[in-house]
Amino acid sequence: MKLSVAIASAIEALTANILRSFLTMLGIIIGVASVMIMMAMGAGAKAQIEAQISALGASTLTVRPGATRRGGVSQGAGASTPFNEDDLVAILDLPFVQAVDGQINSGVTAVSGQTNWSTQLIGTNPGYFEVQSLKAVEGRVFTEREARTGAAVAVLGQSVVKELFDGIDPLGQRFRVNSVPVTVIGVLQERGQSGYGQDRDDIVILPLSTARNRIIGAHPTTSKHVSRVEVMVADGYDMPTAQSDLEDFLRERRRIKPGASDNFRVFNIADFVRARSATQQTMGILLAFMAGVALFVGGVGVMNIMLVSVTERTREIGLRMALGARGTDIMAQFLTEALVLCGTGGLIGVGLGFVGAWIAAKTGDWSMSLSVQITLLSFGAAAAVGVFFGYFPARRAARLNPIDALRYE
Amino acid sequence: MTSNEYIIEARKLTKIYTMGDQQVHALRGVDLEIKHGDFVAIMGPSGSGKSTLMNLIGALDQPSGGELFIEGQPLSTMNPSDLADLRNRTLGFVFQQFNLLPRADALQNVKLPLRYARHDIGDADARARECLKMVDLEERMDHRPAQLSGGQQQRVAIARALANKPRIILADEPTGALDTKTSEDIMNLLVELNASGITIILVTHEAEVAAFARRQIHFRDGLIEKDERSAA
Repeated sequence: MKLSVAIASAIEALTANILRSFLTMLGIIIGVASVMIMMAMGAGAKAQIEAQISALGASTLTVRPGATRRGGVSQGAGASTPFNEDDLVAILDLPFVQAVDGQINSGVTAVSGQTNWSTQLIGTNPGYFEVQSLKAVEGRVFTEREARTGAAVAVLGQSVVKELFDGIDPLGQRFRVNSVPVTVIGVLQERGQSGYGQDRDDIVILPLSTARNRIIGAHPTTSKHVSRVEVMVADGYDMPTAQSDLEDFLRERRRIKPGASDNFRVFNIADFVRARSATQQTMGILLAFMAGVALFVGGVGVMNIMLVSVTERTREIGLRMALGARGTDIMAQFLTEALVLCGTGGLIGVGLGFVGAWIAAKTGDWSMSLSVQITLLSFGAAAAVGVFFGYFPARRAARLNPIDALRYE
Repeated sequence: MTSNEYIIEARKLTKIYTMGDQQVHALRGVDLEIKHGDFVAIMGPSGSGKSTLMNLIGALDQPSGGELFIEGQPLSTMNPSDLADLRNRTLGFVFQQFNLLPRADALQNVKLPLRYARHDIGDADARARECLKMVDLEERMDHRPAQLSGGQQQRVAIARALANKPRIILADEPTGALDTKTSEDIMNLLVELNASGITIILVTHEAEVAAFARRQIHFRDGLIEKDERSAA
């Protein structure tokens, strides 16, 4: 029998009982739509995480002074000897290091004319822009020379520009950071929110020495200290190896005896984000499992209705056999019906999935990512359900004895 | 052993049904030969085994013992697919209750056996139309069974039986659901088909209907009681 004929007669059989067919399909529709939405959600979360990792720099290591123990009491992160600018120079000398930056941070008030704005000050060295892969979209970032001489130049994030210089060209403008006048030389590209919901465009970046000496105010014991060091590993170096080499180097430099615990910590940012995303993934797996259960229940509905249909049409099956239908013909007929049922349900489900994903993305705080792959996979799941749950009823029909089927009352 | 003289041959054919813990001997060792082109009526009271024999000849059921040959081929050697092909190509069925698909029109009903044909059938539409013409229903081919009279429905069923140019037509009480006048028309149609060379086997319990056949076989208690030929 030709496929087109088989599909046409399957549609005919299904439309004979349109309400029943639709109700059966409903299970598949809901199952496919939820599978699709869950997969879109999972893919969206994954894409978001990957975006975060690439924004943070997949090749970036963060170094912080770590907890020391004194008499068994943990002193908390940052309680041990901080890193300083000399450390930065030494780290930059390591073969696997592409760039390094050290930062000091402080909350400041930026004032321009009548406007003032509380923002975050980052004092750092020019390596920062390379490590963070940040570029100035207007003007430029500061140079090594400006950093060394403590020039009063500032690079601004977009949010600060918007607050202080709305509608006017910020380049060359002078404004005050905690009453210290500085000149805008550059504006950074927009970065959006961090993984923690922080506005990463709400920053003022000054050379390290400018920030420390003129704004935060250098204390004799804190001179040259940086609170956080970020290291960009050069291309072609393995991250875990680089991380352990850096740890070895710092242990030696900080004269930590073998066996003693480190008084600093090296984080791989990508690992950090991935660990945080593990919870999200577990949630995603759970949701996908529930969507799978919905589809399974839909499949059981299909099997149920196909069994009813086989029983109802036993005489028809007997007649078809008397007219020369082989077992395989009967099997093909009922499998086609199950497939048409699930295929149609799958198509509607995919449509509903699109709408559902769109609504979830619009109204909820979900990031959805739909792809051809997800669509095909969802539809394929419906077809697979059709074959899987249609097989048993179809086989039952095919195995009927012709005379018993023909005589069935 | 078989000879080409006979289109159907039964040897010591038995059929035992088990109903609960009881065994019913529907056929108790039937020997029978039917010639090519014959018109045979199988008669007998209900439970005599006539329908059982019909179902075995129709390859719809399997015998418990003995052998059945159709066109010299022993059915016991055939697998279910071969039997399906036999029903499709060699045999044509006509039922008491017509057994038409209610939601398909006459033409589609006649085309049904052509769908399952594994041999070259040419243009299925043309063939189905030709068969409807043979039963004088060409102008009703787009009617559904419910829109046709009983006699017309049975003629559609006969057209369906003819679709694959069968050598044998098996008619199980073909007039059982029809009035006398219509029954006569249907029987005359079968006589006509028989004249064209098709072997016809008819199950009936009505003597008037059986009179259309050239040979009457009477069954009683699973055995042939009487086997006679009509004069003329």
